[in-house]
Amino acid sequence: MESKCDTQEKFKQLQKFIDSMEDRRGALIAVLHKAQHLYGYLSNDVIFYIAEKLEIPSAKVFGVISFYSYFTTEPRGKYVINVCLGTACFVRGADAIMREFEKILNIKAGETTEDKKFTLSGLRCIGACGLAPVVMVNDKVYGRVELNQVKTIIEEYQEEA
Amino acid sequence: MSNFRMHLLVCGGTGCTASDSLELVKMLKESIKKHEITNEVEVVVTGCFGFCEKGPILKVYPDNVFYITVKPEDAEEIITEHVIKGRKVERLLYVEPNTKKRLEGQKSIPFYKKQIRIALRNCGFINPEDINEYIAADGYQALAKCLTEMSPDEVIDTVVQSGLRGRGGGGYPTGLKWKYTRQNQSDEKYIICNADEGDPGAFMDRSILEGDPHSVLEAMAIAGYAIGAQYGYIYIRAEYPLAISRLEIAIKQARKLGLLGEDIFSTGFNFNIGLRYGAGAFVCGEETALIHSVEGKRGEPSSKPPFPAQRGVWDKPSCVNNVETFANIPPIFLKGPAWFKKIGTEKSPGTKVFALAGKVNNVGLVEVPMGITLREVIFDIGGGIKNNKRFKAVQTGGPSGGCITSENLDIPIDYESLSSIGSMMGSGGMIVMDEDNCMVDIAKFYIEFTKDESCGKCTPCRIGNTRMLEILEKITKGNGTEQDLKDLVELGDVIKDTSLCGLGQTSPNPVLSTLHYFQDEYLAHVRDKHCPAGVCQALFSFRILPEKCVGCTACARICPAHCIEGERKKVHVIDQSRCIKCGACYNTCKFNAIEKG
Repeated sequence: MESKCDTQEKFKQLQKFIDSMEDRRGALIAVLHKAQHLYGYLSNDVIFYIAEKLEIPSAKVFGVISFYSYFTTEPRGKYVINVCLGTACFVRGADAIMREFEKILNIKAGETTEDKKFTLSGLRCIGACGLAPVVMVNDKVYGRVELNQVKTIIEEYQEEA
Repeated sequence: MSNFRMHLLVCGGTGCTASDSLELVKMLKESIKKHEITNEVEVVVTGCFGFCEKGPILKVYPDNVFYITVKPEDAEEIITEHVIKGRKVERLLYVEPNTKKRLEGQKSIPFYKKQIRIALRNCGFINPEDINEYIAADGYQALAKCLTEMSPDEVIDTVVQSGLRGRGGGGYPTGLKWKYTRQNQSDEKYIICNADEGDPGAFMDRSILEGDPHSVLEAMAIAGYAIGAQYGYIYIRAEYPLAISRLEIAIKQARKLGLLGEDIFSTGFNFNIGLRYGAGAFVCGEETALIHSVEGKRGEPSSKPPFPAQRGVWDKPSCVNNVETFANIPPIFLKGPAWFKKIGTEKSPGTKVFALAGKVNNVGLVEVPMGITLREVIFDIGGGIKNNKRFKAVQTGGPSGGCITSENLDIPIDYESLSSIGSMMGSGGMIVMDEDNCMVDIAKFYIEFTKDESCGKCTPCRIGNTRMLEILEKITKGNGTEQDLKDLVELGDVIKDTSLCGLGQTSPNPVLSTLHYFQDEYLAHVRDKHCPAGVCQALFSFRILPEKCVGCTACARICPAHCIEGERKKVHVIDQSRCIKCGACYNTCKFNAIEKG
């Protein structure tokens, strides 16, 4: 759990970021990016804060968040597993890879494991089509992934903790 | 730069960094230090070379030796053998698949032979994080020429004469777009660079931004001068962190040297550029949706007119161009519109960058003159189909495009020819498919994509695509009827005719084109309940051929469902009721004794 001190520190950073913007016209998406970067997700508290600070109705802020798939209002796991579902990966069997992850982690794409360790999600093309099919765990890229490698990839992160 | 006798150019594109090219750079630098030749040799991290299949790529300059699939542990050998002793590391050279000869120069490799690099001219050549390298490669000269020697109208005329058309997919003449935006009077105008590369499987814009960000900045400033804008936005996907960071560096460097900012080249012209991030919405590639997103709103498209040239960002005249379009601008001014017009076809001059991917041997980024045939791209440059399988189709234009079959492989590529065969140029994704790909499944993949990405504003797209997906799911599960195929066509036509924006108007294309060219395959799914490619799980099974099975037990051992039985050296049998159709047995059998169908 995050300490209260931590949360306050992050609020301060967010405030500083907003205050430093020269032009607040159209700044909402940039602010949401910053907030999600700081907190990992967008909680109600954060959303209300942003709405007030930018003087935009919170309904509008929610509208923007729900429109863009990049933003999430749910906390995510420690490791976010992204299976690339772009066309190049798809024709080289990415959906079988996705099913294997779903089976082993026992969650569906878009969900997080109960222990909050893994979030599984699909992603549209990271541009490494030469390595298709591609899986990303946080920032690490795994290329030319085969079905029997899925288990090893998960184990790599199980052991770490 | 001239102080070094040798440069080692290492690809820092996304594909190569994913295969440890940055670790290779580290090892090279360590080795150079160890051998005390730091003042002789420099390692440069460049943008994408395009030959992603064989990454990481390392090119030795000026020797012009091209090494492929270089691993970090090869660093020491390259330094001691090539750099110090001048002997090439033969085993890292490209092997010509037919003659088995090792080729050392980049130009001699078939992958590069037919390419002409204009938009990608600096990718794999300069360090994108150093503005001086761009300037040394004639960078910002075109801007200087425009600002000091030409009037805005002359600038626009030059672009009109070159015949350059929008590389984002639509193919609208760039010069005309600039002209209309110039004609609309306003106190403020905006240039927007569309870097929201949403087509899954296309990565040319990202490679240009990662490999040569200054060419886009320079072109935006030229466009700003031409239309009378003082500010430009680059709208870029948040999923492209490397491109974002290189753009940030580039903007900072350009400002420092006065190439962006106030009074550029002491001509009184002011131009600044800011970044705007996308947040995962394919529809934002559409210009009106993009403009709303730049304004920080939901990225829903709106009807045209008014066109962005009349009322764009903040209701001011705006000109939206794609990354690749911008990258073509500086060379047009340096070499003249006549030079540009000589390349390509009459109606579509110049080159096009394609992201060649899928079941092709040489996956990568290729830039070819318009008018080249698909066969040349796939077989000569792409090296043919992986594992000697049979070519089935190539998909161009992403979720808005269609599939092209072998009968149309010899059509010269340009905007019109691709449209005439039911596909489109699109942003340049080119996905090759072989006999193992099921076309119904591919169509379903694209519709699933557009269904997810439909913004929901208009009904035909929001509900129509959902219904299409349901029908396709029904077919792939073996419950389809022939009426379903007719419904797909009717529904597709309605969605095309009645949707507001480009996304909806083109979304049925993948279904309609596959229905047209692969009707037999659809019929096999609905009539015979059979998936000929063996992809749709409900519609095929694995069977062991008794005459070929030698009883090696390999399949029984690998089967995760333990549903293969049989004694050693005797014919094995699959229990169909328990088979999960994972294909593990099929891939394991060394005797081709397992049949899929």
